[in-house]
Amino acid sequence: MAGFDFLGSLPAIVPEVGLTILAIIILFLDVYLPGERRRNIAWVTVLGLLLLAVTPLVWAPPADPASQLVWGGMVRHDTLAQIFRVMILLGAALTALMSIDTKAHGRQGEFYLILVVATLGACLVSAAADLVMVFLGLETLSIPLYILTAFRRDDLRSAESGMKYFLFGAFASALMLFGLSILYGFSGQTSIYALAEVLPAASGEAVLPVLAALTLVVVGFGFKIGAAPFHFWTPDMYEGAPTPVTAFVSVASKAASFALLVRFLIAVFPQSLVVGGHEIQAFWVSLAALMAVISMTLGNVLALSQRNIKRLLAYSSIAQAGYALIGVVAIQSQTEQGVASVGFYLFMYTFTNLLAFAVVVFFSEATGSETIADLAGLNRRSPWLALMMTIALLSLGGIPPTAGFFGKFFLFNAAVQADLTWLAIVGVLNAIVALYYYLIVIKVMYVDRSADEDQPIALSRASGWALALPGLVVLLLGTVAAQPVFEWAVQGALALFQA
Amino acid sequence: MSELVLPVLSLIVFIPIVAAVIILFLNGEQRDLVRGVAVAAALAVMLLSLAVYVGYNAQVAEVTVNQDALLASGSPMAATQMFAEGLAYEEHYEWVPSLGIGYHVGVDGLSAPMVLLTGMVALAGVLVSWRIDDRTREFMAFFLLLVAGVFGVFVSLDMFTLFFFYELAIFPMYLLIATWGWVELRQYASMKLTLYILVGSVVALVGVIAMVLVADGFFRTAEGAAVLQQAIAAGIVSPGSTSFSFDMVNLTLAAEAGAFDVPGYGGVETLTFARLWFPFIFIGFGVLAGVFPFHNWSPDGHVAAPTAVSMIHAGVLMKLGAYAALRAGVQLLPEGAQVHLPWIVFLTLINVVYGAFIAFRQRDFKYVIGFSSVSHMGLVSMGFATMNVIGMTGAGLQMFSHGAMTALFFGCVGMVYDQAHTRDIPSLGGFIKRMPWVGLAFVIGGLTSMGMPGLSGFIAEYPIFTGMWAASEQITLQAGGLVLSNYYSVIVVLAALGIVITAAYVLRVTGQVFLGEFNAALYPDVGDITITDRVVLVLLGSPLLILGVLPGVMAPMITSGVGPVLAILGGA
Repeated sequence: MAGFDFLGSLPAIVPEVGLTILAIIILFLDVYLPGERRRNIAWVTVLGLLLLAVTPLVWAPPADPASQLVWGGMVRHDTLAQIFRVMILLGAALTALMSIDTKAHGRQGEFYLILVVATLGACLVSAAADLVMVFLGLETLSIPLYILTAFRRDDLRSAESGMKYFLFGAFASALMLFGLSILYGFSGQTSIYALAEVLPAASGEAVLPVLAALTLVVVGFGFKIGAAPFHFWTPDMYEGAPTPVTAFVSVASKAASFALLVRFLIAVFPQSLVVGGHEIQAFWVSLAALMAVISMTLGNVLALSQRNIKRLLAYSSIAQAGYALIGVVAIQSQTEQGVASVGFYLFMYTFTNLLAFAVVVFFSEATGSETIADLAGLNRRSPWLALMMTIALLSLGGIPPTAGFFGKFFLFNAAVQADLTWLAIVGVLNAIVALYYYLIVIKVMYVDRSADEDQPIALSRASGWALALPGLVVLLLGTVAAQPVFEWAVQGALALFQA
Repeated sequence: MSELVLPVLSLIVFIPIVAAVIILFLNGEQRDLVRGVAVAAALAVMLLSLAVYVGYNAQVAEVTVNQDALLASGSPMAATQMFAEGLAYEEHYEWVPSLGIGYHVGVDGLSAPMVLLTGMVALAGVLVSWRIDDRTREFMAFFLLLVAGVFGVFVSLDMFTLFFFYELAIFPMYLLIATWGWVELRQYASMKLTLYILVGSVVALVGVIAMVLVADGFFRTAEGAAVLQQAIAAGIVSPGSTSFSFDMVNLTLAAEAGAFDVPGYGGVETLTFARLWFPFIFIGFGVLAGVFPFHNWSPDGHVAAPTAVSMIHAGVLMKLGAYAALRAGVQLLPEGAQVHLPWIVFLTLINVVYGAFIAFRQRDFKYVIGFSSVSHMGLVSMGFATMNVIGMTGAGLQMFSHGAMTALFFGCVGMVYDQAHTRDIPSLGGFIKRMPWVGLAFVIGGLTSMGMPGLSGFIAEYPIFTGMWAASEQITLQAGGLVLSNYYSVIVVLAALGIVITAAYVLRVTGQVFLGEFNAALYPDVGDITITDRVVLVLLGSPLLILGVLPGVMAPMITSGVGPVLAILGGA
């Protein structure tokens, strides 16, 4: 490869290189550290991931779009990748932080090792610019997650959910791979950014196969982001997996897949793509709109009757994927607003959901229960846990001064601007339904009495950090930090349109 | 307008928030410390809001002269200029500039009385909650957050900021009612109230986003850009204004220039943006003002809430709905107001008469007051529907008067209930003998409620009725082939019936609860109220008297506040 600039290309994959090194360190520590000091493995993971979360900012993407495609076109070093890598790395760090004091796997080095590898996959996915990289990244992300889901292997529920997640996930991967191979088969191209130009001619202006490929890929993504009607794995997986793993899957895996989804759709099926006289964009926009409406409605309605907090959060996450899809639909206006609102939404959702799951982790560690009814009297047992859960739920429900208000506002604003007022109305009405079940949980924590309410729940220092950090971020994003992060997301969105 | 020394309005909004955070970090067992911080914060904001009110009142004459001059000038942006120049204590910071969102606060003749009202009711609420011993810390913190949200809405001059504070107020209210409310009803009522209000507000939110987008389209046309440039040059809108802006001044400018009245909206030839969205925005906010048929949350919510929350809810929050409906509905969509208010007036009539009638039928003391709020808030919306200066000034006065009055009522009910442990009217009686302060306060509130001259109720309701009468000749309703004219006079006669029923239920309650024989065997422990409760009664009762005798301390201010709204209605 002539003129390959190794040093110039290196900054694009600094986080991935760092994650590989971190994984090796953890592997060694796991072998050599004596039993009583193994808690340090977790701390090394947390600090390493936090440190790596800064690297995308230090080695910022080049300003010139032409030089962003590096490593033979495998990854694109742009602002969108930057945002999503930061959020994934921070999400992974918080996941590790909330795992430290769990009895089941807090001191098991391999847990952190697999987590770091999954993070590596997610980082690659958010920057992937080539069909090969898309698939490799997604598998590097997914396979560790299957293992993590079944991590408590003597627990039947964990094993079952791991198996379910694997079967559904493998099926989705196969569908997506099939779609990708159709695209490759037509064009002989694997670069995402080169496909759109050659596709109309290569497919011989035959629109059906292109639509088939598009549908297969979107269905594959639908599985990964947990959007209805491809959500069936979510509730069982969320309930059965160790809670920190659930948290990680609900944020990092979803965020990475969304990053790739918007990149893929805009690059491969742009507005200018017309095959056989049909505008392809109109097709995927309708597809995404349909998924958005079904996800929001189904997720929220099914969440209403849940008794287990993890299942409730599972259905809520289906609905949240639906909200984020509104931003994807808003891409039809060809402005940066849609993608920017998706970026902001996932950024805030990462911290919000991690906060909610952190509370669930600490609560169930202390009490062994995951049912909503057992949260009764939480305000008396631990005012901090109750307050943090309240902040998280309000943010999920979109109530100020939490990040969720801005997140929803940006999405609905993008929708209205894209002439999708009907979708915004569906969204806001769904947000009200959602608020019902979030408020019920808050009510249980504050109002309901329980027999155990005079037994306080103690929190370790690590747990305190795992609550305080995301809690603070959620509040900041809901007030002063909304502006810089949104501008950042706008930059990320613009990067997609200037290919 | 004013020389800004202190960011007074920001202090008013943020002192309660800071106090709430401090309180959350205190030890929950130190209840007196918690109460001390809460009352200090409430007192501080009360004094600041009084200072704002007095400060603005000193400028009213100047503002009015200026408004008359502007009206006479015939400038095409006179109304916007009237609005912008009538603002005082302004603060403007960028928040999300790329989306035209700013933190823009300020008061005018409409919001200054509301700020004062909120300050009074907030202090009264903290004082009346003195004896709450169950998680005092959380109660006070959430109460102060609620207060901050309410203040925020009244001072917001940016639609986004307004929504931000509007939604901010809803959650603490839910939790306060659900946790400290009346056991039998609280879970049902708090959820019902929250969902009702949220549905209304989010639909209005989408409408406002759409409105901003239409204004953006307008300001991007050559004509609109010229208007915007001219307004910037004249110093009406802020210099950095972009076409896409949530700022109320900018939106008022677009409204005055007719951006929302362009036919052909949504591809329908006869439809304009204002015509389509006005009902959603006006009634969306109107839900919180108890507009029929969306008033249903209100009596249940008020009855279920703890006393302080009932006070702030009926006293201030319902005004928040009316205020936002006026600002975002009538002021920004004047053409929609002209088309739709002539039929919405029927809803307000139902509010007035039906609310009063249901109040008359209640056995529960608190439900009487709850339904009386529905009835009185109907008069506020009716005042808006007159679309003339007398009626709208009356509506503004009614917002203040009813706020203080109903807070006083709920305070009285709470004090009676605290000692009697029942609110069943027939089983009470003679309480004025044991609780003379409460009895007297209730009588003053009751007379205000009936519109007795010498009290603020008369000052507020008389102009509304006069305004209705005056509007009768101007307003006609066309629905299909049906043309209704002069029907406002009929409505006003029917609404007067509501006042008669009001007199009936007030007298009935006063007679059965406070007068008559006191049953010492049934209520052995009932005694006089504490000093904090007396402060509450004086605090809320005195404005009713002052305003009744000296309407001049508020009426000109509100007239100056509705000036721009009327100018824009006239010009549209």
